[in-house]
Amino acid sequence: MSSLPKADSLVSKKFKMPKKNWFNAPFEFKKGTYNYGSNPKHHVALDLPNPRNWSPEDQDWQLPENWKEILLEGLRERLDKYRSLKIFMDVCVRCGACADKCHFFIGSGDPKNMPFLRAELLRSIYRREYTKAGKIMGKLAGARDLTEEVVKEWFYYFFQCTECRRCSVFCPFGIDTAEITIIARELLGLLGVNTDWTLASVSNCFRVGNHVGIPPHAIVDTIDMLCDDIEDITGVRVNPTFNRKGAEVLFIAPSGDFFADPGIYTFMGYLMLFHEIGLDYTLSTYASEGGNFGLFVSHEMMKRLNAKMYAEAKRLGVKWILGGECGHMWRVVNQYMDTMNGPADFLEVPVSPITGTRFENTKSTKMVHITEFTSDLIKHNKLKLDPRRNDQYKVTFHDSCNPARAMGIFEEPRYIIKNVCRNFYEMPENTIREKTFCCGSGSGLNNDEFLEMRMRGGFPRANAVKYVQEKHGVNMLSCICALDRAALPPLMDYWVPGVEVCGVHELLGNALVMKDEGDRVRETNLRGEPLEEVGGEQDV
Amino acid sequence: MGVGFSLLMIVLLVLIPFLGVYAGLEYVLGVVFPYLAFSIFIIGILYRIICWGRSPVPFRIPTTCGQQKSHDWIKADPVENPTTAFGVILRMVKELFFFRSLFRNNKVKITEKGHIAYIWEKWLWLAAILFHWSFFIIIIRHLRLFTPKTPWLVSFFERMDGFFGFGMYSFYFTDLLVVIGLAYLLIRRLVIPMVRYVSLAADYFVLFLIMGIAFSGILMKYFVRADVAGVKELAMSLVAFKPVVPVDIGSIFYIHLFLVCALLAYFPFSKLMHGPGLLLSPTRNMANTNRMKRHINPWNYPVKVHTYEEYEEEFGKVMQAAGLPLDKQS
Repeated sequence: MSSLPKADSLVSKKFKMPKKNWFNAPFEFKKGTYNYGSNPKHHVALDLPNPRNWSPEDQDWQLPENWKEILLEGLRERLDKYRSLKIFMDVCVRCGACADKCHFFIGSGDPKNMPFLRAELLRSIYRREYTKAGKIMGKLAGARDLTEEVVKEWFYYFFQCTECRRCSVFCPFGIDTAEITIIARELLGLLGVNTDWTLASVSNCFRVGNHVGIPPHAIVDTIDMLCDDIEDITGVRVNPTFNRKGAEVLFIAPSGDFFADPGIYTFMGYLMLFHEIGLDYTLSTYASEGGNFGLFVSHEMMKRLNAKMYAEAKRLGVKWILGGECGHMWRVVNQYMDTMNGPADFLEVPVSPITGTRFENTKSTKMVHITEFTSDLIKHNKLKLDPRRNDQYKVTFHDSCNPARAMGIFEEPRYIIKNVCRNFYEMPENTIREKTFCCGSGSGLNNDEFLEMRMRGGFPRANAVKYVQEKHGVNMLSCICALDRAALPPLMDYWVPGVEVCGVHELLGNALVMKDEGDRVRETNLRGEPLEEVGGEQDV
Repeated sequence: MGVGFSLLMIVLLVLIPFLGVYAGLEYVLGVVFPYLAFSIFIIGILYRIICWGRSPVPFRIPTTCGQQKSHDWIKADPVENPTTAFGVILRMVKELFFFRSLFRNNKVKITEKGHIAYIWEKWLWLAAILFHWSFFIIIIRHLRLFTPKTPWLVSFFERMDGFFGFGMYSFYFTDLLVVIGLAYLLIRRLVIPMVRYVSLAADYFVLFLIMGIAFSGILMKYFVRADVAGVKELAMSLVAFKPVVPVDIGSIFYIHLFLVCALLAYFPFSKLMHGPGLLLSPTRNMANTNRMKRHINPWNYPVKVHTYEEYEEEFGKVMQAAGLPLDKQS
């Protein structure tokens, strides 16, 4: 983080607007605030157009010769395909209610990060090409010409939006910038303008099965090591199976949970839970990714990656699918999967084999969120929990954007947390639940080259954590999103040192008293930190 | 941007009927334009809605602003995260009539210590409510001009609205409120840097246009009295499709009427379509039954996927070595 300014001087306290109007306002690709251009090999691997070596800083982006035609034709096609786009292009009144709701605007003060102006970047072209007023009156009607500068500007600003949908909560017409960003990125993709980080992840996921590109045998090894850790800590050997046909449940987690700290502790929590309740489940190496960076490329790419979930469930002959803690994965599962790759008529309506609860709310998609599953277990007293084992943590909960605003999962994780730890504090009301703030790194922006902007975008979230840190001594930020678990630790180090990040099932794993542990006393939590005052007794 | 241009446009729009009356074009102003404008208004709105409706809604994308329905022991929010048609209707009613989402508004302020404060900011909501509801009631009041006997609902609104009248001077509260609402909306657009920066000529134009309508109406009612009997005669003849133009209603009336015509004709092609737009907005008018009921995308098409067979083809050897089961036994 050497080039990054110190935390106390990064964000300016006043929002100042430039004198010149925004139509042709220049901007620069400043290090730390933009994403690298996509590597041609990923274009080839994924059959995407215009593979070439390029960088956003280049003068010439080597766009296809007829790029204008491609882009406008792409826009027209999408206007015909998405009512949302048409309406969102037409109905904004520029009331500005969304302006200071965007974490990137709050953290950067850059006017083009105000949602209504971000959308105008696309709307101005739409007006020019598809409305009479824009054609005749031009600038006065808010229309401008499509130039290469506009393409560059789109690349810059539509990859400074994390598709978190916070603005759409406040918009009186429900205009959803995520929808606009998704489509703008699709249009850029038609010209071969993608970010390297996203495409690399997508191309890994497509071929190898997960974003990081861990091949099957390495997945087995990695998870085996996590099982060793569990054995060291609890004395219990858990034995997950892989690609096993005939299992009752297919469990799919984001790959971030088994390859990187602190996600791995959450994964250990899953494994311990499943072992404890004797769940007949299997993991898959083919569908070893819950997340879906395809969502950050195009609807089509999202579908191409998501197809694996149902395909694998069908191949293995499982009854239903259980999904781990992941944000955008659940946006895809909840809002797109059934429509895109369903119907899942080869699966059964999920029923918890332990409690007999039928998950009626998933009767078509047949995929259950792990916090729905676990909260049901706790409610039915199926788990022995010792929340004192989390006593060293003062916990708060970060509602991840997608489970919050694309599902409405608010109470399930909170119910689990309140049962597995004794110190829980909510962040201020304007920063949680449907009004939650993004981590600043969502939608494929969690790369190193974008670090400054991530720290800016994460500022409102971090600021709310700081509030509970100062007020209650909070030292643990829990969440149900693997991207959060990757993105929040550096954010906390930068803004709120002393706060760690965990998944809800890590806390559960700590508190879970396993039958097979017998009289053995746990000496450490899942992170290997000594458990202090809990001592010998573990009765609840 | 565009404040001056919009003002100029309004001046021109006022001049047209003013000069028109001089030139004796009352028939054009009083009959042709109103019919024309009203036709454009109705056909235009229908056209725009049909145009929007022609594009499908491929995915179910409600913005969920409350607890989802999952376990029966967790209280779901049936309105902000609806799963039933009734819930959606309630959500839409709240949005349409009470501007629910706008009511969430707050203002971010970063304090000297670097804390973010979320400041109470319902003024925009209040101004929007004042303006829209007053405008609506004023329109209802105008219905008395179109019927021989004033309908009870209209007189009801009139009585409520005229409650503050004193003596023989009638006074409608909404006349004041609509101006306050409009003035606030205009001032904030000019004063709040973020809003001003993004505002277009079109944003000022509608504000000025509606202000023009309000002022000309207020002038006519309280100061430069127009011939109300004549106005009513004209209005009733228009709805009866037997237009008669009484003489000497007064220029001020024609200015008022012409601005209304301009608004009607402009409406379908402008951001004023935000009302109908809200009705069709997929993030608000869809139920979050996402995992309960399959939503159909009419243009869903097959895509290139990486099949398990291709995967096993590539990784079969290492999978076998790692003890993973294979589909192909070789």
